Amino acid sequence: MSEIPGDLKFLKSHEWARVEDGGLVRVGISDHAQGQLGDLVYVELPEVGASVQAGHGAAVLESVKAASDIYSPVSGEVVEVNEALADKPETINEDAYGEGWIFVVRMSDRGELGELLDADAYAELVENEDH
Amino acid sequence: MTEKTVLNATHRALGARMVDFGGWDMPINYGSQIEEHHAVRRDAGMFDVSHMTVVDLHGPRTREFLRHLLANNVDKLKTTGKALYTCMLNEQGGVIDDLIVYFFDEAHFRLVVNAATRAKDLAWIAKQAVPFGIEVNERPDFAMIAVQGPNARARVIGLLHAEDRPRIEKLGRFAAAAAQGPHGMPLFIARTGYTGEDGFEIVVPNEHAVALWEALAAAGVKPAGLGARDTLRLEAGMNLYGQDMDETVSPWGANLGWTIALDEGRDFIGRVALEKQKAEGVKRVMVGLVLDEKGVLRHGQKVLTANGEGEILSGSFAPTLDKAVAFARIPAGEPGEVRVDIRGREVPVRVVKYPFVRDGKPCEGI
Repeated sequence: MSEIPGDLKFLKSHEWARVEDGGLVRVGISDHAQGQLGDLVYVELPEVGASVQAGHGAAVLESVKAASDIYSPVSGEVVEVNEALADKPETINEDAYGEGWIFVVRMSDRGELGELLDADAYAELVENEDH
Repeated sequence: MTEKTVLNATHRALGARMVDFGGWDMPINYGSQIEEHHAVRRDAGMFDVSHMTVVDLHGPRTREFLRHLLANNVDKLKTTGKALYTCMLNEQGGVIDDLIVYFFDEAHFRLVVNAATRAKDLAWIAKQAVPFGIEVNERPDFAMIAVQGPNARARVIGLLHAEDRPRIEKLGRFAAAAAQGPHGMPLFIARTGYTGEDGFEIVVPNEHAVALWEALAAAGVKPAGLGARDTLRLEAGMNLYGQDMDETVSPWGANLGWTIALDEGRDFIGRVALEKQKAEGVKRVMVGLVLDEKGVLRHGQKVLTANGEGEILSGSFAPTLDKAVAFARIPAGEPGEVRVDIRGREVPVRVVKYPFVRDGKPCEGI
């Protein structure tokens, strides 16, 4: 399992959030989650301009095994989606914390970040799940 | 209580992701399910299928018993080692299990049945066997490794005793024979499989299974998990018990009519019901579906046809085709424009004849 980048925050449902300049939050799924899902074959992206709510479904990932809703860690407006995933969904399997990002939200309530797990707490959650 | 095959520690050492499958702790993949799928289509892969149940039947009336127990006719088995795919039905014509029966001699046949149905199968067989005086012996002392792919046979044959090689090379499809493997281990090698590729399914005594697995790995055969096994058999058009048929479905409704032998005068369990269903007309049929758009067909999704609703049985992304395919059970008759409800979205699909893939290549019209 690859190391969890320390600058990320997480939902318990395994989505990560990376706070960037200008109130933007980049969203993906953890390396642990991609391993659980197995080979990804299809990504249903949100539309740019769509509004998303923290803890609600914003995208769908389909692996060979199953379909999974991806929740947005924060509320706001989708300003960018990772179009490259349409042709190469396996990018999430290969680089979950980097090239495998899914969408970017302009957050409407910075306070929601406080609700998320930090990297250490998330690592502990995964650790406990494996036992 | 989860059961473990004798190869369990080997899978874990390879870093397999393990899941519960019919009460067994089995590898779903060793990394990438799609790569394992391609390894079988393009080269050679191996599966631990030791969770499947081997049952030996002994007694002078074994053939007569199997003529009664099974919907296909064991009279097709005339030479030692020949194998037959068949359903075992209840009195209503519902499928208790699908299985392979091997002929050794008139007093000895072997069945290989599914893992998830083991207990009920054994109980049913034992009960039916009583009037025929058949001895029913489960063989937990055996492990089983399926080696599948265009290069699978050559890799296995290379590991056999030199004297056995020409004989195993000549082994026909759906036939089996004994041979000596690495270090003289005794193997029972069948040219059968569940992937749509050529290959062998090998029964090996438990104490030799790890050594055989390692010898196959050293010969370049790639470990493959149950995930790849599922996408391979779906592409190959092969049913999965419990998903594509069960005790509420007859072989007519599961595209297994070709396995029913309605030969004259043979009184097998379920025959009366099957003949009645045939005369009345089968109301729901099994078809193949292809999704040309993006998305994945999954078990349980609703299928909309001109004659009413049906449902997806087995459905998955098919790695060889790079799109989703499925089996569905739908009302009989011309289905018209067919759509599948994928999370509230109605997506058009094509109804096709399957298999979808055979010997590494997409079939015509897929």
